[in-house]
Amino acid sequence: EKLAAKKKRRKEREALGDKAPPKAIPKTIENQRVYDETTVDPNDEEVAFDEATDEFAPYFNRQTVPKILITTSDRPRGRTVRFCEQLSSVIPNSHVYYRRGLALKRIIPQCIARDFTDLIVINEDRKIPNGLVLSHLPDGPTAHFRMSSVRLRKEIKQKGKEPTEHVPEVILNNFTTRLGHSVGRMFASLFPHDPQFIGRQVATFHNQRDYIFFRFHRYIFKSEKKVGIQELGPRFTLKLRSLQKGTFDSKFGEYEWIHKRREMDTNRRKFHL
Amino acid sequence: RTKTQNFCRNEYNLTGLCNRSSCPLANSQYATIREEKGRCYLYMKTIERAAFPRRLWERVLLSKNYEKALEEIDENLIYWPRFIRHKCKQRFTKITQYLIRIRKLTLKRQRKLVPLRRKIERREKRREEKALIAAQLDNAIEKELLERLKQDTYGDIYNFPIHAFDKALQQQDAESESESDAEKEEEDDEDTDNREFVEADDSDLSDFEDMDKLETSSEEEQEKEEEVEKKASHSKSKGKTPLKGPARRKRPYIEIEYEEETEPTTKTKAA
Repeated sequence: EKLAAKKKRRKEREALGDKAPPKAIPKTIENQRVYDETTVDPNDEEVAFDEATDEFAPYFNRQTVPKILITTSDRPRGRTVRFCEQLSSVIPNSHVYYRRGLALKRIIPQCIARDFTDLIVINEDRKIPNGLVLSHLPDGPTAHFRMSSVRLRKEIKQKGKEPTEHVPEVILNNFTTRLGHSVGRMFASLFPHDPQFIGRQVATFHNQRDYIFFRFHRYIFKSEKKVGIQELGPRFTLKLRSLQKGTFDSKFGEYEWIHKRREMDTNRRKFHL
Repeated sequence: RTKTQNFCRNEYNLTGLCNRSSCPLANSQYATIREEKGRCYLYMKTIERAAFPRRLWERVLLSKNYEKALEEIDENLIYWPRFIRHKCKQRFTKITQYLIRIRKLTLKRQRKLVPLRRKIERREKRREEKALIAAQLDNAIEKELLERLKQDTYGDIYNFPIHAFDKALQQQDAESESESDAEKEEEDDEDTDNREFVEADDSDLSDFEDMDKLETSSEEEQEKEEEVEKKASHSKSKGKTPLKGPARRKRPYIEIEYEEETEPTTKTKAA
């Protein structure tokens, strides 16, 4: 029945020729998205002021150089270990340390003492990494993500070499709401501020419908209007579960945002990031 | 139920297996150890109280000290059958051991198990796939990179900026035009020189083969000059009609051939 209607419409359009009405824009979820009141306006002063004074200000004023500690949960399996290594090759100035049963609450003061700016914990379940805790160290926000569809470098169909030591560029796409903004800044603070364009590498965090896709590419400009990209480096997708104000503390932390399944998942057009 | 034994469901059972000797219902004189909130108690049942179910089980608190508690059990269960005494002590040992383990574990970090709901998991997976398709990551990344190129974030590394290129082209065209004019003049001079040279040789040499060789050499030189001339014009036309360039090139080639054909006739005429 729908097909018949479509055919009819197409015939009408052809029959009218030039006078036909313009083509209707198809409805996508992005178009129909429920308007989120926390969407950030580029010219919003309040937000700009907030960002100048929040925990990332020293990073964005180029006072601190990011230094990152990557670790896992207890007893990491082979896949997780390899993923950690690849992640550390992607993010410059990062170190992987094994966790032999050390409590997070005790690691954190030690990290601060040794001048780390960020801590990444990759949680593992049934031999695959499935969770990511990212916390900005000197008393910064902690974000807990669920990680899915992790592809290691050798699983991606690529012929590229491994990522070099150059500082990559960062692309953050589609982080519109206030919450998305803060998460985006968290990601930006992982990478040093001055990308080395010689390296021609770019790390992308693309937010789409509350899923954050991470990709790592090497680009080359073939001509003025054409660029070729080649995927190297691991890829994974993240979904934000919770955002805490202070450093990681499951019992006493002050949660800025938690994903409440009953309320938040019901509407198909409403997204939070 | 194992292959040889049943488990007893009675909570006052001493061993946990359902036997005639270890059933609290079957024996009128019975004792058990049970623990509540980390403290162990010795429960005893005697024949005298069989008529009073409420007062049936007598409870004695055991001390926290392991050895003392064992002595207390012995004290209370004096003159009781050996089996019950032995089993009581065994049960007490086991209980204390697992209490110790609990206390140790609570000090370490404990793993909190969060159950995954299958339906929700499937829903999330599906949504992720759709989001991925909607995202069109490659296109988005390429667009972003081109944007950055336009906005000059890369500085002077890439040599594409259009205006500069056009200017360079125009400059080059101007240069090549002046060059080609100069070349043409030079070429004419050279040609005449060559022609004189060739004619002189012709007159000197009588052999036809030698004449041919000299002619071919002169041909080559002239071809080269022609090519250079055409290249200059070619570069001029590059910006405008790149396609016609090679096509134009072919025509002069053919022209050269014609010239060559006519030349010998003129030469012979001159000679």
